[in-house]
Amino acid sequence: MNNSEKKRMNGEAEEENEEDVEDEGRDAWERTYTDERSWEALEEDESGLLQPIDNKAIYHSQYRRRLQSLSATSAASRIQKGLIRFLCVVVDLSKAAGEMDFKPSRMAVIAKHVEAFIREFFDQNPLSQIGLVIIKDGVAQSLTELGGSPEAHIKALMVKLGCAGDSSLQNALELVHDTLHKIPSYGHREVLILYSALSTCDPGDIMETIQKCKKAKLRCSVIGLSAEMFVCKHLCQETGGSYMVALDEGHFKELLLEHAPPPPALAEFAIANLIKMGFPQRAAEGSIAICSCHREAKVGEGYICPRCKARVCELPTECRFCGLTLVSSPHLARSYHHLFPIEPFTEISARQFELSRVASKTCFSCRESLLTPGAACTKCKQYFCLDCDIYIHESLHNCPGCESRRITPAAASATKS
Amino acid sequence: MLKEGAIESRLVAGPLVVTTWPRSFLLPPHSRGKLLRDFNQSTVVVGHGYASFQANRRSLISFSDDVSLLVVLIDTNPFFWSTSSSSLNFHQFVSHVLVFLDLIVRLSQLNQIVVIATGHNTCDYIYDSSLDTDQVTGEGELPALYSFVLQRLEEFVDKDEKLGAKQEGLSEKRASSLLSGSLSMALCYIQRVFRSGPLHPQPRILCLQGSPDGSEQYVSIMNAIFSAQRSMVPIDCCYVGSHNSAFLQQASYITGGVYVKPQHLEGLYQYLATVFAVDLHSRSFLQLPRPAGVDFRASCFCHKTTIDMGYVCSVCLSIFCKHHDKCSTCGLVFGKVQSDAASDRKRKVPES
Repeated sequence: MNNSEKKRMNGEAEEENEEDVEDEGRDAWERTYTDERSWEALEEDESGLLQPIDNKAIYHSQYRRRLQSLSATSAASRIQKGLIRFLCVVVDLSKAAGEMDFKPSRMAVIAKHVEAFIREFFDQNPLSQIGLVIIKDGVAQSLTELGGSPEAHIKALMVKLGCAGDSSLQNALELVHDTLHKIPSYGHREVLILYSALSTCDPGDIMETIQKCKKAKLRCSVIGLSAEMFVCKHLCQETGGSYMVALDEGHFKELLLEHAPPPPALAEFAIANLIKMGFPQRAAEGSIAICSCHREAKVGEGYICPRCKARVCELPTECRFCGLTLVSSPHLARSYHHLFPIEPFTEISARQFELSRVASKTCFSCRESLLTPGAACTKCKQYFCLDCDIYIHESLHNCPGCESRRITPAAASATKS
Repeated sequence: MLKEGAIESRLVAGPLVVTTWPRSFLLPPHSRGKLLRDFNQSTVVVGHGYASFQANRRSLISFSDDVSLLVVLIDTNPFFWSTSSSSLNFHQFVSHVLVFLDLIVRLSQLNQIVVIATGHNTCDYIYDSSLDTDQVTGEGELPALYSFVLQRLEEFVDKDEKLGAKQEGLSEKRASSLLSGSLSMALCYIQRVFRSGPLHPQPRILCLQGSPDGSEQYVSIMNAIFSAQRSMVPIDCCYVGSHNSAFLQQASYITGGVYVKPQHLEGLYQYLATVFAVDLHSRSFLQLPRPAGVDFRASCFCHKTTIDMGYVCSVCLSIFCKHHDKCSTCGLVFGKVQSDAASDRKRKVPES
């Protein structure tokens, strides 16, 4: 039961349209009780007062399980990751996307979460590019070209939200193949298909297209919204992607955001290349130039390409005149935590916690007193509460205990040998 | 009980220069005695009746826009303070900072302060205004806050020194402090405040740094900066060292904070009070110092010089100024499929 979602105004309007299809006898307010049983989110404590269900414990145990599965697969060794990614997001806008099993409609839910995904993607992969493709009326159209600016993609997606017709997986794959075929070899080619339909209307043999994509090293992943389909499963198995089906809106968001961090690169695809990049300086205050992206005269803020001296408005981008990739050092630094990940903390059992010789049982980083046993870092042996553990591994990527110690070269070699 | 003479002679030379307004300014005369001991958000009570009065009063006070939580990171690196040729020595610096902390606490009853010391070998919390254990009754000449912070700073400096005694052969020229450690601790504390509920003061970080940047901390500091940017916590910096700190300039620029390198260090308190005492809401109305230009150019890994154009390895993102055949960081040969090179590398990992 989806307790966390509240009905929105347009959601209720569409519910009224659906009234004829479902029960005639029920009013809208009665239907909300059948769908969302909000009383299940409350429970009584000892004194009879109502309390919301303690989500913290559930959240922590979910986090622990996720961490176990991640560490099992990565085997704690350095896995090469695709940092420069070229991702095509294919959104299925066929008639099935208008289904209302996701409130208010699958299309609206997809659009909302794709916007959040695009922002998260550029936050974690600043050197990568996204292109949007939609499937409508059996035909695939390219909504935006491969580019690095999140606003352009989001704006284009929000405008074109109408669903009609059949869905065609083969047309989408052909279009994506043509787009991604041309990019240089250091980029990792990925496709993410958000598929709501249960069938595909193809002009030719889809198996041939799948083989073509496999040869072109496209890694195709699919997130299904209705049910599992064999053709999607086959596509993902052949190309090395992942196929998941979303159970509800929360699960869909989770599955979508799992594609934001860089995936491990398959061995035969990993070709190291030296890419020539420019690090532009900011233009002087008050200097006037015509910028190459908008073709307008602009004053002051902007960057100057070091090779051809053209002015660009924002980074990262590719210079339009000389083709040099322009980045700044923080953009490269955003990807460093993927290259130097910190190890997961080990969970402390209750007995270990009592036996420990730590004088005051407080979390090392936030100094909150530890009522329940938390986690400990394997290297610096400091204790952390579970919330800090989650924050450190998901956002901060630095262990405060390890950073607060100075390791001399002598001590470092002593611990290694 | 504090031995005030001992502390003063070591860390504070002479009487503190107080330039704030007189204490009675903000408080009504009849309650001055009681409230003086309790002007920040704490649960120290004098008598039961007073406790309930204070609790009721707190529920009436709502968190207005200008309530802030200020996390101050003080650089106590002895290598910097002993060799600094500027006009400011460590005890004068601490006295300026203490008066500034007092100012913040008086600006609003709900303001909170946390002080974290950045040492050469370790970092630690010095003071947290919201903790019961940090409320000390002040007796003697110094106010409670000052004597408590001075005592804790002295203990921290001793601990830092003891940890450093085991090391030899450290070059004193570029000895940096552990800024990444204190930044990470500050951010974790701020996350705890965010988790505490919908009503909380607006957090910001003030970094009082003098030591030069340590290049080994680059990745950790950038991670901390990006995390601060995501949580929308500005990192301000008042740099009291000799040359500008590139890391802290980037930190302030990316997170939307203020970076100031005061020209006249004898008047440090004035810079602190006019620029860094301003809460986040009021910053939109004031003209605060803007940086002249932040240099975002990268430096190449082979010569450490800043470059305009360079070559970047697509796997490990190391930057080189000239074309190489092999990446020195990840060991991969450029332009070839990595099947043999990768298996060699994997075999080496368990041994090293």
